[in-house]
Amino acid sequence: MARTLKTTFHSLFMIELLKGMRLTGRYLFSKKFTIQYPEQKTPLSPRFRGLHAQRRYPNGEERCIACKLCEAVCPALAITIDVAEREDGSRRTTRYDIDLFKCIFCGFCEEACPVDAIVETRHFEYHFEECGEQIMTKDKLLATGDRLEAQIAADRAADAPYR
Amino acid sequence: MLEFILDLLFVLLKIFAILLPLLLGVAYLTYAERKLIGYMQVRLGPNRVGPKGWLQPIADALKLMMKEIVIPTNADKFLFVIAPMLAIAPSLAAWAVVPFDEGLVLSNIDASLLYVLAMTSLGVYGIIVAGWASNSKYAFLGAMRSAAQIVSYEIAMGFALVGVLMAASSINLHDIVMQQSGGIWHWYWMPLFPLFLVYFISGIAETNRAPFDVAEGESEIVAGFHIEYSGMTFAVFFLAEYANIILISVLTALMFMGGWLSPFQGIPWFEDTFLAKSSIIWFLSKAAFFAFCFLWFRATFPRYRYDQIMRLGWKVFIPITIIWILVLGAVIAARVSYVTLGVWTVGIVAAYLLLNKIATRAGT
Repeated sequence: MARTLKTTFHSLFMIELLKGMRLTGRYLFSKKFTIQYPEQKTPLSPRFRGLHAQRRYPNGEERCIACKLCEAVCPALAITIDVAEREDGSRRTTRYDIDLFKCIFCGFCEEACPVDAIVETRHFEYHFEECGEQIMTKDKLLATGDRLEAQIAADRAADAPYR
Repeated sequence: MLEFILDLLFVLLKIFAILLPLLLGVAYLTYAERKLIGYMQVRLGPNRVGPKGWLQPIADALKLMMKEIVIPTNADKFLFVIAPMLAIAPSLAAWAVVPFDEGLVLSNIDASLLYVLAMTSLGVYGIIVAGWASNSKYAFLGAMRSAAQIVSYEIAMGFALVGVLMAASSINLHDIVMQQSGGIWHWYWMPLFPLFLVYFISGIAETNRAPFDVAEGESEIVAGFHIEYSGMTFAVFFLAEYANIILISVLTALMFMGGWLSPFQGIPWFEDTFLAKSSIIWFLSKAAFFAFCFLWFRATFPRYRYDQIMRLGWKVFIPITIIWILVLGAVIAARVSYVTLGVWTVGIVAAYLLLNKIATRAGT
């Protein structure tokens, strides 16, 4: 009886509701977490998996040896590779396409690569304006690699102790 | 004849003088709501359109005006189009009798409280007609919920107002405010404290606002009665909802918080300062406070279950109002002053809250 009376009064005087309002009232004046995206950015890990790139050796030779491990490991079947022998007798790709609409950015290609040729960069702000642009051809991948090589190398170096 | 036309023009001018600030207020209430809820959820809210997002409501309005009005197949076209107007007309019409300051009212009719009650009740027709005409099950469910809810809370609201008119012995809003003159302890929120709470909460339920917004109920019936509406027809429903919020805030301020009267009235120290002067600024700040409470509640409370809403309306609010009307009747019959009753009521509530605080402190 006393218990019922107590809960009745408790709800009648709206104690819990007032407590809730006090909480939201306090949050009204608290510091806001919002990151104003284009002006402010969240920190990125060196392991961030963004747009793909192909790397070169310092002498300008492309790293990829067309072993097709990335094509084999790709769970989304986004990578297509054609192989041929180059004039100097080395094994090279004639075609290396990544379909970014299929790609799930899992990073397996990067892990499978024995020569660190295919990598995923920190770059994630890109867009396509026409159909077909989403196919990252060998030329595009190498161009991205050339453009971001400094960052890519720094990220690999930062992650090297854990690999 | 010329005199008649001039009078008519003058009335029209007054109507514009009320409606334009009101619609602007509605637009910026939506902005205030998004901003305030954002702040309470530890984010910033809209801040991109214009400095600090001040132009956001204008951008929203433009967007809604540009959008296509889709009329569903097999919908009752006439009713479908007329429903938003049915919703907004009463919520704007009620402003005809709202006094903003002493003598500052469009039409000071004797039974203005009854007129306001009638107008706020008519708003439900817009919602029911919208639900019916949409030819959609969700819209119809939303309309049914809203109708039952509004009808239930109307009773508690009406009873709460019975208390006000008993205390003021008038049903003219202007007189009701003037009866409360003499400082904050003369305002009716003190002697009619339970009725004040019941009225305000019923007002939230009447406007279908959170936590009583089952008529919209995004999680179960998507958007309720206005699910099929788009573009300007939707915007009109939106306007009606927010105009109703402002109306309820204003009425609460008038009937329980002394309208334009200053809270410092009758205190010797403030007697000659500007603070003790009654003005429209007091009125607007009181109304703004209640509008703020609407947004605060929405940011705080989860939506009620439907049967809980019905229980609260019928089994809690109506008994409370009836009991308090009896108490008030006894007080009037015994010729005890309202101030005494008010001090006792608020004193008991404050004592309970204090004791509860002490008890929980001791418990933990």
